[in-house]
Amino acid sequence: MTRAQMLILGVITLGLILVPVLAANNFTIKLFSRLLIFALAASSLNLVLGYGGMVSFGHAAYFGVGGYVVGILTVSGIASPFITWTLAVLLCALLAALIGAISLRTRGVYFIMITLAFAQMLFFVFVSLRQYGGADGLPIRPPDPLRDGRTLYYIILVTLGICLFLLWRIKESRFGRAVQAIKENESRMMALGYPVFRYQLVCFIIGGALAGLAGVLNANLNAFISPNALAWSQSGQFMMMVILGGVGRFWGGALGAVVFILLETWLGSLTIHWQLGVGAALLIIVLFAPGGLVGLVSSANAWLIKRRAAA
Amino acid sequence: MTPTLIVAQILNGVQLGLMLFLLAAGLTLIFGIMDMINLAHGSLYMIGAYLTATVTSATGSFFLGVGAAIIGTALIGMALEMSVLRQLYKRDHLSQVLATFGIILIVNEIVRMIWGAQPVLLNAPEVLSGPVEIVPGFRYPAFRLFLIGVGIAVALLLFFIVNRTRVGMWVRAGASNREMAQAMGVRIKLLFTLIFGLGAALCAVAGALLGPILSVQVGMGESILILAFVVIVIGGIGSIKGALIGALLVGIVDTAGRALLPLILRDLLGRDAATNIGGALASVLIYLLMALVLFWKPEGLFPARS
Amino acid sequence: MQKKFFAFVLVVVSLALALSVSAQEPEPIKIGFISTLSGPGSALGVDALDGFNLAIQHLGGEMGGRPVEVIVRDDTQNPDVGLQAAVELLEAEKVDFMTGIIFSNIMLAVGTPVFESETFYISLNAGPSQYAGAGCNPFFFNVAWQNDNLHEAMGKYVNDQGFDNVFILAPDYPAGRDALTGFKRFYTGNLADEVYTAVNQLDFAVEIELIRAAAPDAVFTFQPGGSGINFIKQYSEAGLLAEIPLFLPGFSADQDVIRAVGAPMEGLFNSSHWALELDNEANVRFTSGFALEFERTPTIYAQQGYDAAMLIASAVEAVGGDLSDKDAVRAALEAADFESTRGDFAFNNNHYPIQDYYLRQVVRNESGDLYNQLIGVIFEDHQDAYHEQCTME
Repeated sequence: MTRAQMLILGVITLGLILVPVLAANNFTIKLFSRLLIFALAASSLNLVLGYGGMVSFGHAAYFGVGGYVVGILTVSGIASPFITWTLAVLLCALLAALIGAISLRTRGVYFIMITLAFAQMLFFVFVSLRQYGGADGLPIRPPDPLRDGRTLYYIILVTLGICLFLLWRIKESRFGRAVQAIKENESRMMALGYPVFRYQLVCFIIGGALAGLAGVLNANLNAFISPNALAWSQSGQFMMMVILGGVGRFWGGALGAVVFILLETWLGSLTIHWQLGVGAALLIIVLFAPGGLVGLVSSANAWLIKRRAAA
Repeated sequence: MTPTLIVAQILNGVQLGLMLFLLAAGLTLIFGIMDMINLAHGSLYMIGAYLTATVTSATGSFFLGVGAAIIGTALIGMALEMSVLRQLYKRDHLSQVLATFGIILIVNEIVRMIWGAQPVLLNAPEVLSGPVEIVPGFRYPAFRLFLIGVGIAVALLLFFIVNRTRVGMWVRAGASNREMAQAMGVRIKLLFTLIFGLGAALCAVAGALLGPILSVQVGMGESILILAFVVIVIGGIGSIKGALIGALLVGIVDTAGRALLPLILRDLLGRDAATNIGGALASVLIYLLMALVLFWKPEGLFPARS
Repeated sequence: MQKKFFAFVLVVVSLALALSVSAQEPEPIKIGFISTLSGPGSALGVDALDGFNLAIQHLGGEMGGRPVEVIVRDDTQNPDVGLQAAVELLEAEKVDFMTGIIFSNIMLAVGTPVFESETFYISLNAGPSQYAGAGCNPFFFNVAWQNDNLHEAMGKYVNDQGFDNVFILAPDYPAGRDALTGFKRFYTGNLADEVYTAVNQLDFAVEIELIRAAAPDAVFTFQPGGSGINFIKQYSEAGLLAEIPLFLPGFSADQDVIRAVGAPMEGLFNSSHWALELDNEANVRFTSGFALEFERTPTIYAQQGYDAAMLIASAVEAVGGDLSDKDAVRAALEAADFESTRGDFAFNNNHYPIQDYYLRQVVRNESGDLYNQLIGVIFEDHQDAYHEQCTME
């Protein structure tokens, strides 16, 4: 990181820490909580999709299962976050291991569709779980400290911070570099003797576990979980966020999630025809900013530096 | 189950399969030849249905409506290709996904602004609106028989075009090796526009023929688009034969699941338990089918490129 | 659509002008309207919003001497999005009332924060059983019906007509199961079969063939939105409409469905809490006003939207525009002292309606257009099945 980047990161972090202090009302806090949760979910997908090159169209499965683990345990009387959160993350990791092990036999679009297939199966499982609300979803009463919006916000912020740090370390690690190299040229890495399948699977599992964690936070924030959280449209939304932000760019997932949600929220408050605006924005960004929003920012930055050097 | 019921349900499976084939054929062609994931395929299907509905209402003739929709949708499809999609061929699949998702949103809103939020009227023509008696005591909806006929005709036509004509040769060349085709002097740009037009026309046929049995409304393309993707992935991308067999497989498995599963479950678990899980289990079957096929054949049943 | 947008702009601009011109103008009454306004479910949400806006227009844009501000949000038929919108309206906009939600699953997600903030929710459609029985709430009012009611009415009618072997089917989700439970509550005959279909099912050929094979006296089904249209089209094309009568709850045979299905609808019976030709002043004002403004025949969703606004207005009038005393507002809402488009209307102890349910039939009017004709009364002053479990007085 350059000093300028450190500075920007510091300012953003400070701003995020101050959100609950400066917020005019609870809505602002909740909106920021939601932005951070989706930033985490999208970043976890970016690890799998952007760095690992595995286009998962079933990422919402972990997001939803994470939420359901919290919900089902809470209504069954086990509300302790230490237990529910740990179990949720472990279960999502296990699930990702299973799905990944089978799906990684395929490549390209076949991989996209087989991950979708597993997510859809899980979706219908939760729709049919009538004792836990079925399609209506399940209201959850989170444990008391988490019911305070400010406390929960800071928990979310800290969780996101830790996860992003973790993702950064992964990206910079030997493992991370190997995974990115596999994405670029799989057969070369295989020839070099790398255990390609195992590396990809581990990457897929980490992504699933982190998405599960985001789902846990989301269920606590909403005090509610429904099968919508693992619908294909939710998986699609995560994908759109990552592509919008910048595939394989470290901040791509987070920036994409924030911009996507803010764009939807803002346009949605203006007109019921907001989808027209969102659609046009997506199209324009694809056509004119090939590297996504992060790509746009860095090329603008490069242009500025060049101009300054010229002047 | 009586023999007539079994025959009727088999016909239903074939018919559902051919319904999906109409949509999947264009999708797999565009995907296979241009290596392009086009989510807006569902939007073209919706446009086809709306155009059919509008022209049918205005002229009173369903077949005029279908004709107008085919021409109109093909033109819209080609215009879309020349203005936007052409710039996406060289981009990765993910950019194509995001861009065409944007197009879905835009088209949905435009359709809603023009036709309103409420579903629009589209019915089968009078001659095909009732059932016909195939053999004494066995009746089947005429329109669905018509659908089966058109589905088979479209399949034959596409086989003929792809395997027997010069355009088809280019198509096959383009699908397996684009540079080679270009070197052979195939005018790729024009060819792609035409193929896109053909894909859009197939969408219009699907929209026009499914409109009379399904609700013609905003968003009608998305739910069926997922099924079309399931079909082409099972069949192997780029293969018309694969799309046809994939579609029939999906149609028959889904139909069998809904027709037989409740009976089997009832025998195993008793009536109440069976009604409890039947619906969800039937919905899972086609995804299970896809996962199983991809497990054994990671590139679908009939991969076009090897 | 354009006209509506224009009207919307007009309302916003005039409100803005009104606010800027005279500072003495009293604070507006803020009503949060969350509904499904995009995607396949938007046909219902847009109709409800149109009906609601029409009522505001008929009220001259004010209630109890205060101007009205309607803040509209789209839930995209996703509970999470609806929840976010609800928090915004409650916390940032500090709305006085909330309304608009069509689908029960979204209502159940949004309910908790609304009730915790002690804001009155006037439901214009969703009537989940969860809020009708032990879970009834002092801040929840439903001005439409309890989810089971229209199915109960059809069950009663089918039963009274002497049908004795009925095939029933509905999608496999809570509202679908409630529908068939409601039907069976008043239908005591034999069931040819009870089938649960997939949610948003496209093709019903399999089920229709099962119906043909079972040869029942009659069929009852509840299929919401697009799948209802799919079912009726396919049932008709199979030639069964003429052979085995099909009975539907009002929302599966309302004006939106008639518009999409057309001629095959002719002759179908369905149940409703309201009919186009109910002869009362409010209804005449509503139906003629709606036709004039939006150039189409209103659905029950529009009617429910209209009544929701009128109920809110009556309560605001009763307390003279002063909403600070929540108990007084609640008492005013409970009184339901407004002219309902359906005639007599009263709230039960659980804040769900006590009202008549009608039999309607799709017929052609003098100009040849299909509409739902009022045939008769099925239930008089009907109450839902859950109100006794509600401990509110």
